[in-house]
Amino acid sequence: MKDKTIHIDHGSGGLATKKLIEEVFLKRLSNKRLERLEDSAILDISSNQLAFTTDSFVVDPIFFTGGDIGSLSIHGTVNDLAMQGARPVALSLGLILEEGLLIDELERVAESIKDALLEAKVEVVTADTKVVQRGKADRIFINTSGVGIPYEPRLFLSSERVEEGDVIIVSGSIGDHGATILLERSGFKMDVSIGSDSCPLNGLVETVIKGVGEDFNKLKVFRDPTRGGLATVLNEIAQASNCNMILYEDDIPVKEEVRGVCEILGLDPLYLANEGKMVLICKESIKEKVLGLMKSHLYGRDSRIIGKVERNVKDESPIVTLKTTIGGERIVSILSGQPLPRIC
Amino acid sequence: MFEIDSGFKDKELSRALLRGIEKEFKSPVRFMEVCGTHTMSIFRYGIRGLLPEGLFLVSGPGCPVCVTSQGDIDLIIELSKEPEIIISTFGDLLRVPGSRGSLMDERARGSQVNVVYSPSESLEICKKTPEKEVVFIAIGFETTVPTVAATILEARAKGIKNFSILCLHKTMPEALRTLLEDEELGVNGLLAPGHVSAIIGARPYRMLSREFNMPIVIAGFEPADILQGILLLLRQLNDGRADVQNGYKRAVPEEGNLRALSLIKEVFEPCESTWRGLGKIEGSGLRLKEEYGEFDAMKRFGLSPNPSREPKACLCGEIIKAKATPLECPLFKRACTPLSPVGPCMVSSEGTCSAFYKYGLL
Repeated sequence: MKDKTIHIDHGSGGLATKKLIEEVFLKRLSNKRLERLEDSAILDISSNQLAFTTDSFVVDPIFFTGGDIGSLSIHGTVNDLAMQGARPVALSLGLILEEGLLIDELERVAESIKDALLEAKVEVVTADTKVVQRGKADRIFINTSGVGIPYEPRLFLSSERVEEGDVIIVSGSIGDHGATILLERSGFKMDVSIGSDSCPLNGLVETVIKGVGEDFNKLKVFRDPTRGGLATVLNEIAQASNCNMILYEDDIPVKEEVRGVCEILGLDPLYLANEGKMVLICKESIKEKVLGLMKSHLYGRDSRIIGKVERNVKDESPIVTLKTTIGGERIVSILSGQPLPRIC
Repeated sequence: MFEIDSGFKDKELSRALLRGIEKEFKSPVRFMEVCGTHTMSIFRYGIRGLLPEGLFLVSGPGCPVCVTSQGDIDLIIELSKEPEIIISTFGDLLRVPGSRGSLMDERARGSQVNVVYSPSESLEICKKTPEKEVVFIAIGFETTVPTVAATILEARAKGIKNFSILCLHKTMPEALRTLLEDEELGVNGLLAPGHVSAIIGARPYRMLSREFNMPIVIAGFEPADILQGILLLLRQLNDGRADVQNGYKRAVPEEGNLRALSLIKEVFEPCESTWRGLGKIEGSGLRLKEEYGEFDAMKRFGLSPNPSREPKACLCGEIIKAKATPLECPLFKRACTPLSPVGPCMVSSEGTCSAFYKYGLL
């Protein structure tokens, strides 16, 4: 595109908007439903169950090691659908651009959206762009919504189904995304190779659901531990199911580099965001089968059983306990607010 | 850079150390971990639950945000309300409540509060906003001071005119002395902070140990470091000794970090400082030397120290002196939680109340 930066005319709805949409977005994301450019898209779906979700993305920095706000906005919504056991069938894409954003950067974001869509095998069918004055937004904000249809319509995934004896599996190392963002935001020049784990999880979910066949009902819940991390998700499940949980620190995969960043910034990997990991809780009897299926998939290679669900506590409030590497025990509580790096 | 600590979480080593502790433990003792990072590590690894019954660990005054007086916190918050001032601070401070609201509240009302990870980032802000005054809130022990000193020197070398610091730095040895002079303290040994010691070395503790007949072990922050520290303290007690032992030799040289110490000496000089819970202690603070007075926010903005009124019913002051635990505080988990803290020990990630809240007691 000839223009170098986004200016207010790009949001006017006139010629400049048309040019922007055609040259940046349609060029990359075009498909039969999107290119009609109607006010809404008609979806032809036979299922009588639909998953529907929405998410907004305001990450800073917009480009980070392992991804950017574009791929993240696709993965986030695809994963929210996948966690309900649904295959994504169509997405919407809403962009709010700050005046002054470089067109080059927008093109990079659009390119990465394209790649993420291809990998997740889903299309954007309706989209919108707005431009706001400089200072009214931070470069680029994205909202995506998505609809999906269940891989197995008879499967009801819910935290409330979790019960004593179930096992807790995580699909790989935790804290990669959160540590990457915090490190890049901090401006610390650390010689470490970490990157965001942002990726689509629908393939992994499909592999598990189809792989267990008629045992599908032994799958209890899938969750992606994004904001608040593993600790927060497990506390939420504990509360919904009223069951205590025990985790084994030795079994929770954390990359050495992530551990290092956490130690320096005074953070706990259990509370860091993940954008390409899944927590799965299932009946003990299918744990080996599920673990095998997860490990067979690219995004579940490092899956581990990290703990189990203990007794139902009825009237007390349920707790998540961690057995530490040296054999001690501690409570893993819910995240209270934004993690704040410490002073020494 | 991370190899330094690998192995010290080692399970076998920790088990062996725990067996050693069982063997050496004869009668009830109370050891104080001086440093907030120790407190967090002790909770994170569930160390208290692994120790023999009757061996108590109590937390000391080693969380810099927690020991900052209420008057000083109020001063910071007042300063943030000035439209021409940008506050530059470490993240810990954001939620610390002043008498009326926190920095986070002020930021929501329009104050400019920037969270930085290193003091030198403040100079970047100075360059970007030459029309504003940037004030770095200099809180922290000896560990933090050298980087602040380096930032002051850099600001002078670069001729940066819109930078100053609100100097609330504190130093550990005189505060420990005040604590040890208290006959009700009832502590049988000290775990001295590894990272402060990496700067000041082992020497400042030797005088204290001799004077108060107090076993002191400098310890690192991995579980095995802490267990080893406890074991060494027990051995000293059993042998009837009171020495300073350096259990963190991989980071703490006897004489400290000479380059860091000379940086501190170049820019700062000792002064009286007010500690929450401990009160005024001569020689326990640092102020900018006369020749660096231009960087002193107190002078630049004509500020004067606020009287210190601590929140009613809050036991932070007693908790810092190990005279109370959070469980004895009427506010703990009720009026005082990490999201709406009353006292600083609940806010700082190194605070004792925050550790009790986050990791609980089993």
